[in-house]
Amino acid sequence: MNEITGNEIIHQYLRHNKKFPHVLCAGCGHGIVLGTLIRAIHTLAIPKDDVVIVAGIGCSGRLAVYVDFNTVHTTHGRALTFATGIKMANPKLNVICIMGDGDALSIGGNHLIHAARRNIGVTALILNNNIYGMTGGQSSPATPEGSTTMTNPYGQLDASFDTVALARGAGANYVARGTVFHVKRLEKIMVEAISRPGFSVVEAITPCHTQYGRKNRYKTPVDMYKWLKKAAVPIDRYEEMTEEQRTDRLPIGVFVAEDRSGFEERYLSLQAQMRAKGGK
Amino acid sequence: MKQQQQLHRFEIRFSGLGGQGIITLGRVMGQGLALGHGYNVTQTQSYGPEARGGSSRCDLVISSEPISYPKAESLDLLVALSQEACNAYYPYLKPGGALVLESDLVKQPPTNRFLGLPFTSLARDKVGVAQAMNTVVLGALSHLLPFISQSVMRKSLESSLPAKIRAVNVKAFNLGHRLAKKEWGDDAGEVWRVEDSERD
Amino acid sequence: MARPRKRKEIFALGNEAVVEGALLAGCSFYGGYPITPSSEIMEIMAARLPLTEDGVFIQLEDEIASMGAIIGASLAGRKVLTATSGPGFSLMQENLGYAIMAETPMVLVNVMRGGPSTGLPTSPAQGDVQQARWGTHGDHPIIVLSASNVQECLDMTITAFNMAEKYRTPVILLLDEVTAHTREKIEIPNPGEFEVFSRTVPSMPPEWYKPYEETVRGVPPMPPLGSGYRFHVTGLVHDRNGFPTQRPEEIVELLERLHRKIDQFFYDIQLVDTIETADADVVVIAYGSVARSAELAVRQARENGVRAGLLKLKTLFPYPRRQTEKVLAHARTLVVPEMNMGQMSREVKRVNMGRASVRTINRIDGQIVTPSEILKVIMQG
Repeated sequence: MNEITGNEIIHQYLRHNKKFPHVLCAGCGHGIVLGTLIRAIHTLAIPKDDVVIVAGIGCSGRLAVYVDFNTVHTTHGRALTFATGIKMANPKLNVICIMGDGDALSIGGNHLIHAARRNIGVTALILNNNIYGMTGGQSSPATPEGSTTMTNPYGQLDASFDTVALARGAGANYVARGTVFHVKRLEKIMVEAISRPGFSVVEAITPCHTQYGRKNRYKTPVDMYKWLKKAAVPIDRYEEMTEEQRTDRLPIGVFVAEDRSGFEERYLSLQAQMRAKGGK
Repeated sequence: MKQQQQLHRFEIRFSGLGGQGIITLGRVMGQGLALGHGYNVTQTQSYGPEARGGSSRCDLVISSEPISYPKAESLDLLVALSQEACNAYYPYLKPGGALVLESDLVKQPPTNRFLGLPFTSLARDKVGVAQAMNTVVLGALSHLLPFISQSVMRKSLESSLPAKIRAVNVKAFNLGHRLAKKEWGDDAGEVWRVEDSERD
Repeated sequence: MARPRKRKEIFALGNEAVVEGALLAGCSFYGGYPITPSSEIMEIMAARLPLTEDGVFIQLEDEIASMGAIIGASLAGRKVLTATSGPGFSLMQENLGYAIMAETPMVLVNVMRGGPSTGLPTSPAQGDVQQARWGTHGDHPIIVLSASNVQECLDMTITAFNMAEKYRTPVILLLDEVTAHTREKIEIPNPGEFEVFSRTVPSMPPEWYKPYEETVRGVPPMPPLGSGYRFHVTGLVHDRNGFPTQRPEEIVELLERLHRKIDQFFYDIQLVDTIETADADVVVIAYGSVARSAELAVRQARENGVRAGLLKLKTLFPYPRRQTEKVLAHARTLVVPEMNMGQMSREVKRVNMGRASVRTINRIDGQIVTPSEILKVIMQG
């Protein structure tokens, strides 16, 4: 067997029978997010058998295949619906959804807001690279206004979604944003997101140089990481900034952290109650 | 259990307005005939999108043999609780079939041969609940149709209702039965009675 | 000898009978979105499942999510059900394809109403027959069953669950508004009086397990998520390990097995009832509520001296070809009444290949085809 050996924690979690190399481009941030996720699961000491990774379609959707958990690669935008079914069928499982920005905010937008409203005990990891990468660089709902893409060759006209505001407004129990430049911080966020009850949303900003950056004034992948370094500001500092200082800045950190019980827990307690009453 | 009278596709249509409890009436009567009396029964319905006020129709086919086609095609009994329904479905009544109508709501009967009672005002004034109108009809039909046992149908009615509204509906049922007997006479449904010697 | 236990009788809607059948078959998960005329199935499940030991009921945001949720729950080991009608069935096609590709057992009840689009929400039709066969994209096998009366709603729901589990496939049960909304007396079978099949789970150690390996029946064992067999599930064409592949020989291996596992068990899957077909010159081929009209018409035709018979299709797809061949041995005329523009008659004509004369009766006005309409055509020979 082509056993993967190495000292890194991730080597214990990669699938040794999956053919590598992976599908990701040089400079892509997705691998960093996956590494972060693996280390978070390792930190929490969750057995591999108890973790279900549910992924959508797109570059982020391909991450599931590389890791040695229960992995379900679903249809475009629908990852959260599968995750909801899995969690309700077996609440003991740790269900983590990996989605892209087009996946979660466009085609799957309805599922995202309803998963949040329901507060289902699932962690939604949204890898935001501002673009549809796998399909060749078309606009997503997270593409910044004015950017050039394959479907907006003259500039993106519509505004982009603020994932954090959306998730908070829809009622998610835990909402945070991090970037692949601020890895330690992102890892801490993921540990917290996975261990909270109810629905957790983590937006990870991860650059796509191939399909977005090089068409939008980022000459090299490194320029994109430099942009992340400059643009991302911890939420407390961001709040102290003037409107002018906030231009082109992105607050990162934890925006919502509550402890409301998940839908599956509420269902189980209702079920116990009704059964005790004999169904009347 | 008394041996059931042989029936071959006895077809009833209940018709009127949405909100009159027509489908409930058909369901309760169908259940009584199927489970209580042991007949084969199909109950079908046709309704518009309105929960209240639209047209509503419910068919029962009652037979001693298994029923293939579940809908009523040629009616033995038409129960019309609105003028519109009476006009629409009277043509489907087979020759010799009976027409039962709500005499306050069907002002213009298409024939002189009908059995009428003011079911709605009876329910409102004598039972105190206008919504029990459908149960008054059920009581009246339990008198009219010779193959229905009043006590079996009443028991079936009771078993299908929540305790809260049981008493008022039994009252409505008995009222309908009593008045039908008084107004329509003992022999109103004689045409459908099959003597023992005629039975298969 | 033990006296057979008396069966409980209820006076129930077709939709209620579906629920009874599903619970008897071991269904413990319902995910759905309300739509006329299927809503009673969902409403009764909402009342019943929370009272069972591990039953889960969840109302989703739409029919796409309903399918996602039940497929997820099935992967986690549950027997799952959803029910819908026309417009919702269209939305379910996407994940239906996924369930076929990922070999996920599930039962989908579609109570057909008039279409296209929002159509006739409270009126019957049989317009979704070819959609049930070909609605999701790509070449795929599918099992489509139907029921024509309330007892069959219960029985065929149990059959649908058994086939879904046995063949690791979605099974569609097509009802029409008439069958779904007819009340009749039905018998609820006692446990032990009917077969309940559950998917086979792997018995080998996890490190030996190949999730999509060829087996005798062509149906690989399926462990629930979280049971120690960690593997990859995907809607992409995949190799025996479940990993995406683009190798022609691996593509063919998967897609051929998916078809073969259904096709080779035609004798178990293709169900029909026959009435008076043994010597019939005129055979009516019907399904759903129209089969009841056809039954009455056939009996009336016999009374009038015409040798008529009924081939009632309980399985619509894969189309019961062999059973049709049997009646074609002597039938001069086939009559195919449907509440559509002629969807099943296409299949009949395909099998008939010009042998008998095929007469179609089609209604698209929201009304059931009546016995007298069918009788008229039978009498014309």
